[in-house]
Amino acid sequence: MTTPAPSTPLLHLQSVSKEFVLHLQSSTTLPVLKEFSLQLSAGECVRLSGPSGMGKSTVLKLVFGNYRASGGHIFVRSTDGEMVDITQADARTVLHLRSHAMAYVSQFLRVIPRVAAIDIVAEPLLEGADSPFSPSQARELAAHWLERLRIAPSLWQLPPATFSGGEQQRINIARSFIKPRPLLLLDEPTASLDPENTQTVIELIAEARAQGVGILGIFHDNAVAQSVASRTVAMQPISPTP
Amino acid sequence: MTQGDTLTPLLRVQNLGCAYGTRSVVRDISFDLWPGEVLAVVGESGSGKSTLLNAVAARHVPSTGQVTFALKGGDHQSIYAMTEAQRRTLARTDWGFVHQNAADGLRMNVSAGANVAERLMALGQRHYGNLRAQATDWLERVEISPSRIDDRPDTFSGGMRQRLQIARNLITQPRLVFMDEPTSGLDVSVQARLLDMLRMLTRQMGLAAIIVTHDLAVARLLAQRMLVMQGGEAVESGLTDQVLDDPQHPYTQLLVSSVLQP
Repeated sequence: MTTPAPSTPLLHLQSVSKEFVLHLQSSTTLPVLKEFSLQLSAGECVRLSGPSGMGKSTVLKLVFGNYRASGGHIFVRSTDGEMVDITQADARTVLHLRSHAMAYVSQFLRVIPRVAAIDIVAEPLLEGADSPFSPSQARELAAHWLERLRIAPSLWQLPPATFSGGEQQRINIARSFIKPRPLLLLDEPTASLDPENTQTVIELIAEARAQGVGILGIFHDNAVAQSVASRTVAMQPISPTP
Repeated sequence: MTQGDTLTPLLRVQNLGCAYGTRSVVRDISFDLWPGEVLAVVGESGSGKSTLLNAVAARHVPSTGQVTFALKGGDHQSIYAMTEAQRRTLARTDWGFVHQNAADGLRMNVSAGANVAERLMALGQRHYGNLRAQATDWLERVEISPSRIDDRPDTFSGGMRQRLQIARNLITQPRLVFMDEPTSGLDVSVQARLLDMLRMLTRQMGLAAIIVTHDLAVARLLAQRMLVMQGGEAVESGLTDQVLDDPQHPYTQLLVSSVLQP
């Protein structure tokens, strides 16, 4: 990863709105986000705060291109320095940004049948025909991350479907941190972790920031938030439209 | 995006329409497929998915529209304007076609080894030792014991037949593979093995694929992009996770909400 200089803008949300139209329920419209704006620069860790249902996770999913915005623009800095509007980008461009410019740690691990934990962690390094890693190099790095996140070596060769929630979450974190990308989206990364592992994640976030990674995160635990976040953005409830 | 030889799409489908007599089954479908990309075509039975796949794979001629394919030299050529001989060569070298029913894609009365090596022989390879070595290698890659190389596929289980069909198609290192419901009719553990294998092979070989499936979980696992069909039309398309997690069209919402979550 080419580290962007501090204060390089990485992400810019301009008046982003999101509403879900539920066609199966007589086209009810469910507004979850209204004209939300945010800027984030390299080295920052911005916390989205507010009670459940304020659209915090929705913001992360919109940035990652998992949800489609109903209005506004979301600019993400690509590896060649261009600000690309995710809301207008085609599928290939979004995939390219996901593989090089941003990573997303969701609350849940999507397990793949039969694939060993170590290979799930190594996978991002092997994406694309131009990957500089051999499978054995990727596994070696994956082993390092599994160790750091205290996953017992006896579990490495097993598919994580039967792992505990905390173990799955740590696999998810390892999988995202193994390939550093300039923008990191974290959805409650410590929600099901014990204090020791929570501390490790706090350290990982601090290290990433020191390397110039920009982080947009949701942290319900105030102590965690206070030790990682450089700024807090409080999400406001949407006033019902007349 | 800067990614080597991926500056032009591998396959370009423009305004494709298919009719059986006066009944139109597929209407106005357009998409580009890029090297290494896997596209899932989903929709219920009768939505035109298989008709679309067969038309794009030049197995029948559509009534309207155009499909072009990037030949090895880089030129885009209409697959319908090719001579029959050119199309056959393409179909057995650069393309693969995996049928839902393995018996449709295999020769049931010749050995597994001969099934796997057939495309190489069609390309003129005659050295028996080499053919057998490559067939053995591919049987291993699809997790079939090489000791079964001389057995006929009618002695194989459904899952093994499907894996054999995949080996038979991939041995020439095609750039594009068409798959029609490759995992349906297999029990779940066999399905998981096949999916894992397909996922690995498409990634390792940088294979592009179009997969017709009615199983959204299969689409999520294998495909980066998705096309949702209803009544012969593409009602929605986009990144697979986007279409499944934030479906826009009423039919896609119905499809996604109809899936059982185990």
